[in-house]
Amino acid sequence: MYEPDNDDAASLIHYLLYLGDNALVLSQRNSAWCGHGPVLEQDIAITNISLDLIGQARSFYQYAASLEGKEVTEDTLAYLRGERAYYNCLLLELPNGDWGHTILRQFFFSVFQQQLYKQLLPSKDSTIAAIAEKSLKEVAYHVRWSSEWVIRLGDGTEESQARMEKALVALWAYTGEFFQPAEYELAAAREGIGPVVAALQPGWWQQVQEVLAEATLQAPEQGKTWMQTGGKTGRHTEHMGYLLAEMQYLQRAYPGATW
Amino acid sequence: MSVQELEQLFQAKVDQEIKIEPKDWMPDAYRKTLVRQISQHAHSEIVGMLPEGNWISRAPTLKRKAILLAKVQDEAGHGLYLYSAVETLGTTRNQTIEDLHSGKAKYSSIFNYPTLTWADIGAVGWLVDGAAILNQVMLCRTSYGPYARAMVRICKEESFHQRQGFDILLQLSQGTPEQKAMCQDAINRWWWPSLMMFGPKDGESTHSDQSMTWKIKRKSNDELRQQFVDMIVEQAKILHMTLPDPELKWNEARGHYDFGEIDWVEFWNVVKGNGPCNKERLQARRDAWEEGAWVREAAAAHAAKRKDRQAQQVA
Amino acid sequence: MNLRLTKYYYGDIPEEKTGGGTAASSSNTEAGWPLWEVFIRSKQGLDHKHVGSLQAADAQMAIENARDVYTRRSEGISIWVVESKHIHASNPDDAGAFYEPANDKVYRHPTFYDLPDELKHM
Repeated sequence: MYEPDNDDAASLIHYLLYLGDNALVLSQRNSAWCGHGPVLEQDIAITNISLDLIGQARSFYQYAASLEGKEVTEDTLAYLRGERAYYNCLLLELPNGDWGHTILRQFFFSVFQQQLYKQLLPSKDSTIAAIAEKSLKEVAYHVRWSSEWVIRLGDGTEESQARMEKALVALWAYTGEFFQPAEYELAAAREGIGPVVAALQPGWWQQVQEVLAEATLQAPEQGKTWMQTGGKTGRHTEHMGYLLAEMQYLQRAYPGATW
Repeated sequence: MSVQELEQLFQAKVDQEIKIEPKDWMPDAYRKTLVRQISQHAHSEIVGMLPEGNWISRAPTLKRKAILLAKVQDEAGHGLYLYSAVETLGTTRNQTIEDLHSGKAKYSSIFNYPTLTWADIGAVGWLVDGAAILNQVMLCRTSYGPYARAMVRICKEESFHQRQGFDILLQLSQGTPEQKAMCQDAINRWWWPSLMMFGPKDGESTHSDQSMTWKIKRKSNDELRQQFVDMIVEQAKILHMTLPDPELKWNEARGHYDFGEIDWVEFWNVVKGNGPCNKERLQARRDAWEEGAWVREAAAAHAAKRKDRQAQQVA
Repeated sequence: MNLRLTKYYYGDIPEEKTGGGTAASSSNTEAGWPLWEVFIRSKQGLDHKHVGSLQAADAQMAIENARDVYTRRSEGISIWVVESKHIHASNPDDAGAFYEPANDKVYRHPTFYDLPDELKHM
């Protein structure tokens, strides 16, 4: 059993929050499709993904809460942190846009998540390894589902291709952040808790390229785009404040109430 | 065989509790009634996602959020099962949906009321799902096979819905004064619309008699409504909440609770489209459909391309 | 086009017996994705059972939709989908000719044979 000392504990908690925030924020975004999807079957499908992600977030938060002790719970972590204390990647907090944007973001993220969780399987921290193992099955399905949709929409009609190209331009600049490590990720790598994130990039790129090619979409040239970063250290887009204001409204308006 | 003989055979089957299946002969009016009723039911599930979906982003805990998401998603599934049942009668889902969007088809008026606070999510689960379940349990025995089977599946899945609603209210009823007030307020607003869900009084319901003979419906509107009142009054005691009806009291002779008169003017107005959210609900469905058109077209186009390519490879 | 489409799945009603409005087609109705029938094996050792139908653009999507729609509560371990138009159903009017001849072949059922109680394991 891995037992962190104080500094390491703080860093581990940051790392867990990062993993949980990624899942929660995307779940929050995707869940807005529930009741508004393009066809019933897909309404149900994307809600399944939201449910998987919220489950993953809860697992990471529950573990973080157990390390924090005191009065901390999964809900205080989700509902009582402000935007500067949220560590999710910027990509995940962007507004949904159309179905194409939502799908492409899901695809970029799910491929990344799959790479990351695979590398968490041998984590020295057995709780993280266990969460990763359970989640990988879900993520494998997300990758498959979103890949197929990227291909369908890319290689569909003229309109759908144009929309996907637009989504690609809009979202690409947010994909670099996955692979630029925050301090807590470097620490996790040093401790054998998590992988060196920069090393995940080639595998991610390979898979993304293959799918984009099949979707007849032009993959952006590597290294040519300025990548937006900051989410991992709590510097977010302007969208984040609204997302949290909405999500946290009840807990903020009625402090201390039980729901 | 003459139509009369066919009709006799049909009714004999119904009387013997033999389910009618899609390829069996059935009177036109039976088919029409089923298409109307099942599609209304399907639309209600789909439109019903909106008032509850309104609180998914603001659910107060992660657990509540996950439960609510799963619940609203179940409703999408239920709509889908029911649209499929309509398809067995010869009407495609797209035609059925088009009738909703054009305003030709109706859905349950209850969903034209707004969900103003979190307590409304509890009240909807407890009262609205509670009322729906009485209807749905009855429909598990309906005479048309595909409808009955869809309802069996739906009832199985619905069983947690009412519980989660009650659970939300129970928590609020034991909470802060503000939470208790929120709980009572939601019950006050949802009580009468829930009673309206059972439809007009028996004497005034145009479709009821024939539907009973055909065993599409198996209990009258008023019977179900009474069953609901009797059930809810007892449950409300556990919440220590009141129901907003001064005439509500136990009638020893009848063995049921008496209750006040429903505001039928309001009822008919909401049916006619004058409810607080009729326009928003319908618009939300139309928007989702129209904004999804390019997605549906793209997927169909892609499937066709793939098929062509496979055909070429084979040739 | 739509008129034709609505006529060819398992819930089809012979034309001469359809009533008004049943197969009504409207020219501006979007054609939609094809309808698929879904069969699910709930656990190893059991047959696949018809559970319902859904819409999907292709077989791949149909399987995934079936997974998302019909196995939300761990109802299955294996899925079959078949486009509804490929299902050919027997006609209920033939029920007599189809099934009644089997009714008098009771010797196909083990209970037909009245054997001594001492006989075990047969």
